[in-house]
Amino acid sequence: MTTKIQIETETVSERHATPAFLVIYLLLGVAFGVVLTRSEVLSWFRIQEMFRFQSFRMYGIIGSAIAIAAVSVAILKTLGAKSATGEPISIPKKQLDGGVRYAVGGTIFGLGWALTGACPGPLFALIGNGVSVMIVAVLSALAGTWAYAMLRSRLPH
Amino acid sequence: MRDFLTASWPWYVAGPLIGLIVPALLIAGNKVFGISSNLRHMCSALLPSKLDFFRYDWKRAGQWNLIFLMGVLTGGFLAAHLGTPHDIAISPETRLALMHLGLHDLSGVAPREIFSWHALLTLRGFVSIVVGGFLVGFGTAYAGGCTSGHAISGLANFELPSLIAVFGFFAGGLAATYFILPHLL
Repeated sequence: MTTKIQIETETVSERHATPAFLVIYLLLGVAFGVVLTRSEVLSWFRIQEMFRFQSFRMYGIIGSAIAIAAVSVAILKTLGAKSATGEPISIPKKQLDGGVRYAVGGTIFGLGWALTGACPGPLFALIGNGVSVMIVAVLSALAGTWAYAMLRSRLPH
Repeated sequence: MRDFLTASWPWYVAGPLIGLIVPALLIAGNKVFGISSNLRHMCSALLPSKLDFFRYDWKRAGQWNLIFLMGVLTGGFLAAHLGTPHDIAISPETRLALMHLGLHDLSGVAPREIFSWHALLTLRGFVSIVVGGFLVGFGTAYAGGCTSGHAISGLANFELPSLIAVFGFFAGGLAATYFILPHLL
């Protein structure tokens, strides 16, 4: 029985890595990059406009994205749908624990979001847009991730 | 069609399209939309270390997401080259506020006075790019997600941790906007 389950999980993971699936992820990423650019979500100016509450635009984009995603997820759950790779569709719940990591980590990210004018997706889309100095921001973000990994055991979560 | 591809899309087109990426990834391979975990995958892949946080099979967990991220960069390139670049039509109030803070050139997607190789070693360039980037990496790793993973995937799944994180995003963003930027620009 155990062997059988093992074989099944292996098949699933192998199917994940097939070129056909990787092309789908690539194309979805391209679509996201195009939307980030055409919607101007990647613009420092739009982020400033948002944090100054001077336009509905960003709130409309984030709000309608959440609404459409929530309805889609609810439908997929109700249908008990399976992915194309054969897995039952599920979003693992995040552990609340003390909640400190979400409040403090979230605030630290928020500071960086306003300073760079970009969250991680837009950072990469900006490099594609020709704002090549954002390569430095990405390297710095990797250093920040590294610093968290080093301090992790000493930080409250 | 060409107009559509070069114009600025209204929020009610852009938002739903972003929202649809969530079910698309779930249907394709039961994958949860979230960009910032790629920073962790990159660290794990590029700089093998003994740190617990980076000791996992990054290829198995993150290959799909790193490929998605390459797509984001490519999509940004394609969209930017599909038409003549135009300035971001921000509201007159924002325009005025930014000029008041000391910006002169409001053209492009990001102000050149801050986000250029030229400005990198000025105080405002360094703080915005290097310090800002560091806080993005540290904060998303600590919070376990960014705008995509928490604000979109997490809230769409009605998760309390994500709601707390999103409040944090705004608290930090407002603090930087009103308390740091006025001294920086």
